[in-house]
Amino acid sequence: MLLIDCPYCGPRAELEFSCGGEAHIARPLNTEAISDAEWADYLFMRKNPKGTQYERWNHARGCRRWFNVARDTVTHKIYKVYKMGEPKP
Amino acid sequence: MKARYSIFSLARNARNYHENWTEAWRSPQPKAEYDVVIVGGGGHGLATAYYLAKEHGITNVAVIEKGWLGGGNTGRNTTVVRSNYLWDESAHLYEHSMKLWEGLSQDLNFNVMFSQRGLLSLGHNQHEMREIHRRVNSNRLNGIDSEILGAEQVKEFCPILDTRPNARHPVLGASLQRRGGVARHDAVAWGYARAADDRGIDIIQNCEVTGVRIEQGRVLGVETTKGFIGAKKVGCVAAGHSSVLATMAGLRFPIESHPLQALVSEPIKPVLHTVIMSSAVHVYVSQSDKGELVMGAGIDSYNSYAQTGSPPVVENLLNALVELFPIFSRLRVLRTWGGIVDVCPDASPIVSKTPIQGLYFNCGWGTGGFKATPGSGWVFAYTLAQDRPHKLNESFALDRFINGYLIDEHGAAGVAH
Repeated sequence: MLLIDCPYCGPRAELEFSCGGEAHIARPLNTEAISDAEWADYLFMRKNPKGTQYERWNHARGCRRWFNVARDTVTHKIYKVYKMGEPKP
Repeated sequence: MKARYSIFSLARNARNYHENWTEAWRSPQPKAEYDVVIVGGGGHGLATAYYLAKEHGITNVAVIEKGWLGGGNTGRNTTVVRSNYLWDESAHLYEHSMKLWEGLSQDLNFNVMFSQRGLLSLGHNQHEMREIHRRVNSNRLNGIDSEILGAEQVKEFCPILDTRPNARHPVLGASLQRRGGVARHDAVAWGYARAADDRGIDIIQNCEVTGVRIEQGRVLGVETTKGFIGAKKVGCVAAGHSSVLATMAGLRFPIESHPLQALVSEPIKPVLHTVIMSSAVHVYVSQSDKGELVMGAGIDSYNSYAQTGSPPVVENLLNALVELFPIFSRLRVLRTWGGIVDVCPDASPIVSKTPIQGLYFNCGWGTGGFKATPGSGWVFAYTLAQDRPHKLNESFALDRFINGYLIDEHGAAGVAH
């Protein structure tokens, strides 16, 4: 089980969190102009890396706030927890 | 031509203390070039190779496997086979697979221990019962056997289920597919491997693909740990590692890899003669021929390539299981493990050409690929041989994520496998 260091509440068990998937995906702004393929890229296409993944977590059974985590998808090691809006480490 | 397996060959070899059985498949060195290279030596990849040879006469084929045959999800699933999917596209594909299952042991001359012991999907509330009615009606319109059992009939069919009205998960009824059941997963990989090898296909194990060589939008072959292997066509059937291969080819896929855990109990005498699944509490269970209860649940929520998951998923599964089957409450868990499944946003697979000429992908089967093994291989072999999808898999193209024609089996039938 993952031990996740919530930036607001401190280290808690994975049970308290829900995973929000890949982070740093910005919704396109020129929504009228972009093609179906560009929409598909935003909506469905994912990096799914084998190695370091930048992902969102929500402390659903705690402070209910969102934050980002840099985690290794092979070892499950958490490299860094950082707040929403902060750049990738 | 290999010697056929039969009761007579068994008796003949018994006289020699089973010392003269020949190898089931060769372990050749890769040739410089093949007509088709299949990446991934699991059930789907081996089935693809077999049907390429059998249905399309293409035998200059290599199956490349980074580990050992069936060592990935083929050997890690809970062996459930069914075809009672809601949407027409899925129903036709899985039913085609089911028909191939029904003759598979004879076709391959290898006992895959396919046991059509019936598969019961429980309904625990009114809404689920409505969904079950909808799905059963849809199945029957598609020519798939499916029936509805009331609470009394469920009790009769499976007496050890807790069907008391005040149970934690009351059973209001169920859908039953009598042709559903289980098969021996290793035997499926071995049977396809032996039959494909018999038709001249090279199966190369311990050979990992490290790159895909592409020039001017056309695939030339794959870089591997055993050197470059040229190919006119490359078919990728790498399950949880599909995104890794796609990235090598410069493509972006709508796939995320998650751990899916399963476990077995200690072996006990026959107690459960069918497959039971419950979507609401997300558990499925059957009893293997060795006597172990084989159990599974849903995926872990985070992306992973680690072939292991978190204990709370197993705990939730076991909580639900002992509520459904109080008789199992004192059993001990023998072994748990995880596999890496490639999940698509619509819980339906991708069996498709790609923008790169000669490069094809068969992936995204998520948590339910085992049951599709024969059908998946069959349609993918057609797609590779003819350079166009068969009618059965044309809806499962990569471009459905662009044109919006998703086949949404989440919550329809795809939730529990």
